[in-house]
Amino acid sequence: MTNHTKAGRLIKRQKLSTRLTHGIWAICLFFLLLSGLQIFNAHSALYWGDQVGFTYDNDIVTLEGFPGWMTIPSGQDLATGRVVHFFFAWIFITTLFIWLIASLRNRHLSKDLLPTRKDVENFVPDIRDHLKLKLVHAVRYSPLQKLAYGGVLFVLFPLIILTGLSMSPGMNAVLPWLPELFGGRQSARTIHFIVMALLVGFFVVHMAMIILAGPLNELRSIITGRFRLPPRKRTESENV
Amino acid sequence: MFNRRSLLKAALASAASIPLAGCSAFDFLRERDNAMRQFMISINNLTYSAQRLLLSADQLAPEFTEADILQDQHPNGTTEPDTEDYVALQDNNFADYKLQVDGLVERPASLSLEAIRALPSRTQITRHDCVEGWSCIAKWHGAPLAQILDSVGVKPEAKYVVFHCFDAIEKSLSGEILYYESIDLTDARHPQTILAYAMNDKPLPIENGAPLRVRVERQLGYKMAKYIKRIELVADYAAIGEGNGSYWADRGYEWYAGI
Repeated sequence: MTNHTKAGRLIKRQKLSTRLTHGIWAICLFFLLLSGLQIFNAHSALYWGDQVGFTYDNDIVTLEGFPGWMTIPSGQDLATGRVVHFFFAWIFITTLFIWLIASLRNRHLSKDLLPTRKDVENFVPDIRDHLKLKLVHAVRYSPLQKLAYGGVLFVLFPLIILTGLSMSPGMNAVLPWLPELFGGRQSARTIHFIVMALLVGFFVVHMAMIILAGPLNELRSIITGRFRLPPRKRTESENV
Repeated sequence: MFNRRSLLKAALASAASIPLAGCSAFDFLRERDNAMRQFMISINNLTYSAQRLLLSADQLAPEFTEADILQDQHPNGTTEPDTEDYVALQDNNFADYKLQVDGLVERPASLSLEAIRALPSRTQITRHDCVEGWSCIAKWHGAPLAQILDSVGVKPEAKYVVFHCFDAIEKSLSGEILYYESIDLTDARHPQTILAYAMNDKPLPIENGAPLRVRVERQLGYKMAKYIKRIELVADYAAIGEGNGSYWADRGYEWYAGI
């Protein structure tokens, strides 16, 4: 088994709940993004405040609207865009709750995502490694990985849900302070859009990192849960 | 033998083809009777149940102050009804206008504007949210629908209030489609649900729905029918329009527009 030793140890890295919720989110975010752009196209400008200035200026940006190949459905169809968007929003939020409960129970949160003192110490070296595109594979996530995943799960996901709910007139009656927290309903709509762009940015970096870190090993880990660690010379004999 | 590597390669290849498929790949969802669309709508109906669960019957939509009124209410949909009966009423400044209230009621009524203006009224500064994405704050003044419903006596089997309007929202060779909307009795009896005849301290302008429009502050703009001609109480809305309870619901939008 020399070959196996050279390739490093194969460990069980991702639990089934992590892999399933990750897959469901990927599908949800794909449909939420493209149906969201469809909804945006019905009024392709962003504003700050509670209302849209028709006789005064409070727009931040006015766009032409996104092309058909970027929207679901492909033609202008706000009604269908809303059906798709709200459906995947329900699936997305439900999955987030399931993930949160599972991750508290199986200690995915405390073991894998919670930053430790060691992460703080390794933070700068980890940035240096990433800048050199030297990606370290270990049993645990690196400080930057924890920051990125934690930022998506605990900042961007809650923000995009709360700004989305801020646009619902029904939810505004339930939680009148919610849209005001973001500076008004139109500000919430603008932040919803910005968080979408940040999530797209995360996706691009996420894909780049997978390619750099070895796409087959990374994909195997998120599909089957098994992840191959890099060879460790000192322990080579132990593994034979 | 089961080969994990080839499986991963296949997964990678199919994942890469998703963006290439383009979004016309999902255009089948536009078909109203598509099974997947129907399934999505059945899940989306959770929104109605969830909001009814979270909202008490009297819980108010946020109200704003005079300082928040920065412009006239942006008009949408029909802004100048040209149906014969409407134009005739308009020519006489709605002096001959009568609101019909009928359907599943004990005492069908025909109310003049004068009678409606004489009823106890409510004033509210609220934000109007259009399904397209824009919002606009204005001051609305009118008679709570609840007291009109009480005065005609709603029969126990009635579940919805249907608004039949004067304006032809659609004109085609097959004829005109007059705007129609409906709300449940919870929203109909909500304190902020008023038949508004004034806006921003002036009589309701034509473009905003004169002589009467309904305000349903916990839902989107298309629920707030303008140019109301008749209010009908029904047990279900299957017989109205194409059966989905509203002009826009018949065109694929949600009947419950709390989101």
